[in-house]
Amino acid sequence: MASLKQLSSKKELLTGGHRLCAGCGASIIVRQVLLAADTPVVVAASTGCLEVATSIFPYTAWRCSFIHCAFENAASTLSGVETAYRALKKKGKIDQDMRFIAFSGDGGTYDIGIQALSGACERGHRMLYVCYDNQAYMNTGIQRSSATPLGAATTTSPAGKVLPGKTQNRKDLTEIIAAHHIPYVAQASPSRWNDLVSKAQRALQAEGPSFMNVLSPCPRGWRYPPNETIKMAQLAVDTCIWPLYEVVEDKWRLTYRPKQKPPVEEWLKAQGRFAHLFKGDNQQVIEQLQAEVDRRWEELLEKTS
Amino acid sequence: MGNLISMEGNQAAAEAMRQINPDAMAAYPITPQTEVVQTFAQFVADGRVDTEFVTVESEHSAMSACVAAAASGTRVMTATSANGMALMWEILYIAASTRLPIVMALVNRALSANINIHCDHSDSMGARDTGWIQLFCENGQEAYDSLIQAVRIAEHPQVRLPVMVCYDGFIISHAVECLELLNDKEVQKFIGEFKPVNSLLDISHPYTFGPLDLYDFYFEHKRQQIEAYGPAKRVVVEIGKQFATLSGREYGLFEAYRLQDAQLAIVLMGSAAGTAKEAVDRLRANGLPIGVLKLRAFRPFPSEELTQLLSRFEAVAVLDRAVSFGAAAGPLFTEISSALFASNRRPLLVNYIYGLGGRDIDIEDIQEVGEKLKKTAESGKVEQPFDYIGVRK
Repeated sequence: MASLKQLSSKKELLTGGHRLCAGCGASIIVRQVLLAADTPVVVAASTGCLEVATSIFPYTAWRCSFIHCAFENAASTLSGVETAYRALKKKGKIDQDMRFIAFSGDGGTYDIGIQALSGACERGHRMLYVCYDNQAYMNTGIQRSSATPLGAATTTSPAGKVLPGKTQNRKDLTEIIAAHHIPYVAQASPSRWNDLVSKAQRALQAEGPSFMNVLSPCPRGWRYPPNETIKMAQLAVDTCIWPLYEVVEDKWRLTYRPKQKPPVEEWLKAQGRFAHLFKGDNQQVIEQLQAEVDRRWEELLEKTS
Repeated sequence: MGNLISMEGNQAAAEAMRQINPDAMAAYPITPQTEVVQTFAQFVADGRVDTEFVTVESEHSAMSACVAAAASGTRVMTATSANGMALMWEILYIAASTRLPIVMALVNRALSANINIHCDHSDSMGARDTGWIQLFCENGQEAYDSLIQAVRIAEHPQVRLPVMVCYDGFIISHAVECLELLNDKEVQKFIGEFKPVNSLLDISHPYTFGPLDLYDFYFEHKRQQIEAYGPAKRVVVEIGKQFATLSGREYGLFEAYRLQDAQLAIVLMGSAAGTAKEAVDRLRANGLPIGVLKLRAFRPFPSEELTQLLSRFEAVAVLDRAVSFGAAAGPLFTEISSALFASNRRPLLVNYIYGLGGRDIDIEDIQEVGEKLKKTAESGKVEQPFDYIGVRK
């Protein structure tokens, strides 16, 4: 792992001047991941905030080659790039060592893109797929996805007179991808930049598909001030809503254990999307969420012990 | 002179792909295309091609991988049918609008529901507006020949568009024919080396594919794309002529069969053109001045050329193997009548729908079309503009 000073002197592949919102987690994550690359990379992105904000014709914020095809196919698109690379390398038309990285939101990964991602993992393309998980369809205006936590109010799971926001728990995508038994799977947070960059380095070294699920706080969708993104990510890590771990060649390892495990309320009360949970009879939703977080944390501890 | 060999249409298509030896192929099996994929997979397994073969988990991913591999500077092919291409639909537009020279064998099959694995052209017609060049074939020989030409057409600097080579499911794909194949070296020499304009893998020239393109530029990009189909028409003819010097078989935008001295014409595409030629021969023997116009290029549609050719006719029957639900007529008829409307002189036009879901069409059926066409021409008016062939009420 390079020092922060060394990393800060590296030429960044995502330039400033893109049009992501102030406080967006996605650009922070992209920059941290790309700092881990020590070869040329090609980036693929699915339709979403990152894509629309970084490649508005006739401009591009990408210093490396970049392809956006559609919403549900970042994984199959990148597998096409990686296939072309192997074809041209075999024929001696390319000799440069290169890496291939996909960035996609939770909508494009957990939901509409899961088939393409699963297929690419099974086929074994050497590529890193990074999900920047902001826990809803933020680009279309905050609709619930299967990554949205229980109780969160979104525009398609609003809090109303009879419903307390989303009524289902979130899908555990990281574990689903780990079940593909690919060389490297990790969960990371931009608040632990050192952990994230190290994981991206290991992912890029893996001789096959690798996957990183990175929590990407969204000031607009989560309803918190834009200067609190990193705080919001770290609170999720500390409350064990977003545990940090990796699965290397099927070996599970916790990469960060919170010193204290504050109640999930600490994270919930900092965000407007959960404000309704602190009113009326909704306290039970917080208890349900806490129970689910505890259960999954215990399971993870068992897997990583 | 090539080698004479008997093989099924799908094997011929796979053979063309082997000789083309693309850098990459991404495909998913679907009846009646499956044999193309599995034959090609065997070529890969036996080391007879250098192709990186991606066995994707869906047609959507097949076309997505093709788009990306083509954007990465490789020569790319795929094959599909019916529902498979319907699943690709979103990405078909992206392939064409990104100007990527992908070549696809489309083994024509009916779309669901109800599910039916046999031939009609509803899959091609559903994709007619996606921006792909669409070439229709009468038999396995044409499928083989057209796939080889398609590489040149797609990659031509003035075209840079994907091409689908359409041939009828089962009727062509599973029928054994005697074909004349070129040898591998001839094919390689004819197609030459692929020289991409931009490539994701050219690290000294980073390139952004698929940007957000709003009201300030999107329209100009669409105009550029629209204007590419003019050159595409010329290139289809030019490559067809070049292919003739190699093979003795010439191809163009369409084939005019016994039309020169005809007053009546039957217009259609695909394998039924062979049936129509036989029907026309029989009608001619009875003194009917009739011929066949077999359309090869549905996209780019040769409007001016067809207007020039057909406007002098007394009556023309257009046979559609697909429907546009809710429209007044089949898609081929709509194109032909719209092209002819620009002419001062127009033939009487009638439209027939035939062969949906693999329903056979016989020589006698088409003879009957010819006889009726004669009566239409004699009476000088169209009694029934729209009818079916071979369907129960």
